[in-house]
Amino acid sequence: MARETVRGKLIAVEGLDGSGKSTQVHLLHTWLSGLGCKVFFSEWNSSEMVKGATTRGKKKQLLTPTTFSLIHATDFADRYERQILPALKGGYVVLCDRYIFTSFARDAVRGCDPAWLRRLYGFALMPDMVFYFRLPLDVAMSRIIDGRPNLKYFEAGMDMGLSSDAQESFQIFQERVMNEYDRIAEEFGLSVIDGTLGIRVQQELVRERIEHAIDLSRYRARVVR
Amino acid sequence: MTPKRCFGNPPAGVRLGQLAGHLLVIEGADSSGRSTQVNLLSEWLERSGYAVAQVGLKRSKLVTPELDDAKKGNILSPRTMSLFYATDFYDQLENRIVPALRAGYIVIADRYIYTLMARDLVRGAEQQWLDSLYSMALVPDMVFFLQTSIRNQIERKLSLQYRLDYWESGMDLGLSPDWFDSYVRYQRKLQAVFLRLHELYKFELLNGNRSVAAIQHDLRARVGTMLSALSEEPIL
Repeated sequence: MARETVRGKLIAVEGLDGSGKSTQVHLLHTWLSGLGCKVFFSEWNSSEMVKGATTRGKKKQLLTPTTFSLIHATDFADRYERQILPALKGGYVVLCDRYIFTSFARDAVRGCDPAWLRRLYGFALMPDMVFYFRLPLDVAMSRIIDGRPNLKYFEAGMDMGLSSDAQESFQIFQERVMNEYDRIAEEFGLSVIDGTLGIRVQQELVRERIEHAIDLSRYRARVVR
Repeated sequence: MTPKRCFGNPPAGVRLGQLAGHLLVIEGADSSGRSTQVNLLSEWLERSGYAVAQVGLKRSKLVTPELDDAKKGNILSPRTMSLFYATDFYDQLENRIVPALRAGYIVIADRYIYTLMARDLVRGAEQQWLDSLYSMALVPDMVFFLQTSIRNQIERKLSLQYRLDYWESGMDLGLSPDWFDSYVRYQRKLQAVFLRLHELYKFELLNGNRSVAAIQHDLRARVGTMLSALSEEPIL
């Protein structure tokens, strides 16, 4: 992992689809802004530069595990170098909805070499805190399947040939991703939050842990917007 | 038939066992006359009855439009350029090179990972990071490096395209505000890196400061020798 001294703080959230991490990061964002902190938010797979390639690759099912991984790494590198790192150097609290651990988990399940993945993302700074929203598989499954009856091809891991039934494939795929996340949580010491708790209870825990680890008064904006 | 291998582990899901064809790589600077040689070699091989597939950089369907767009703006950092090209490379490796080799084709690559590495190294990439990035590439059966003087490169470039190219002149590196000057400096740096890579990978050096016909003659002789050694069926 890259070593560099930056003024800002980097906080990431990770977890399966449906784990509630996006809700939590949104609440966190609101709270930090309310405290007067300079906050910057960045989301996985959101760079304009590679969007077309990702969409085309997914639609036409052109992607292999390796190119799937590399295209997400390109997206990440673009956001990292143009947004995340400059914001950190500028003294922001940077919130990331998914970070390199998403690739470590998903791409490893698709068969990419875990050591290769860690070297690929070797340029990225280790966050100051990473929250892993952990949910029992059946709960995560029902949350997603209830909300979205038509699963997308790659989302369901259909490219892996696990099952011709999207729902079944999704279940097997997500289970493997979860096992991988559990290993990663141990390897990198991620801060685990029980995703079955109520939304407010989870948010309390997140805020407590952040206040304990980070002196937020240092990240107040000097220029009031 | 020599078994194929990758520099490190193969890409996920790629089995190397049954690759019957051969992978030839021709490396060389911009405007070194490389593509002309590739085309002539390819014609000759087909006349001799070999099935030939050509690949090159930035020819994948997956990322080429985005890469072209990005190269037009000012948003491409060395790292994202590197990763874009790596995506393009593996797309072609898995979807074109490997299937063609499996079908027994001779695949001629007009540039390969060495050019990609050289460009990135000149821009400050770490060798270790690149080694890992391209560790899943197939080791070619033969790599030719067409060596041309920078003076010859410039003459070719100007006589064919009448202008210097931003990226080929390394203008992103800020070596000099003068395009000609920057081109010369950038290409010199690339040459130096290629010589370092040659120490590591032992290319077949090909003197590019000769006539097209003389280079081709030399190239065919060497490819012919290699193919008869590899396939045990004499060529021609």
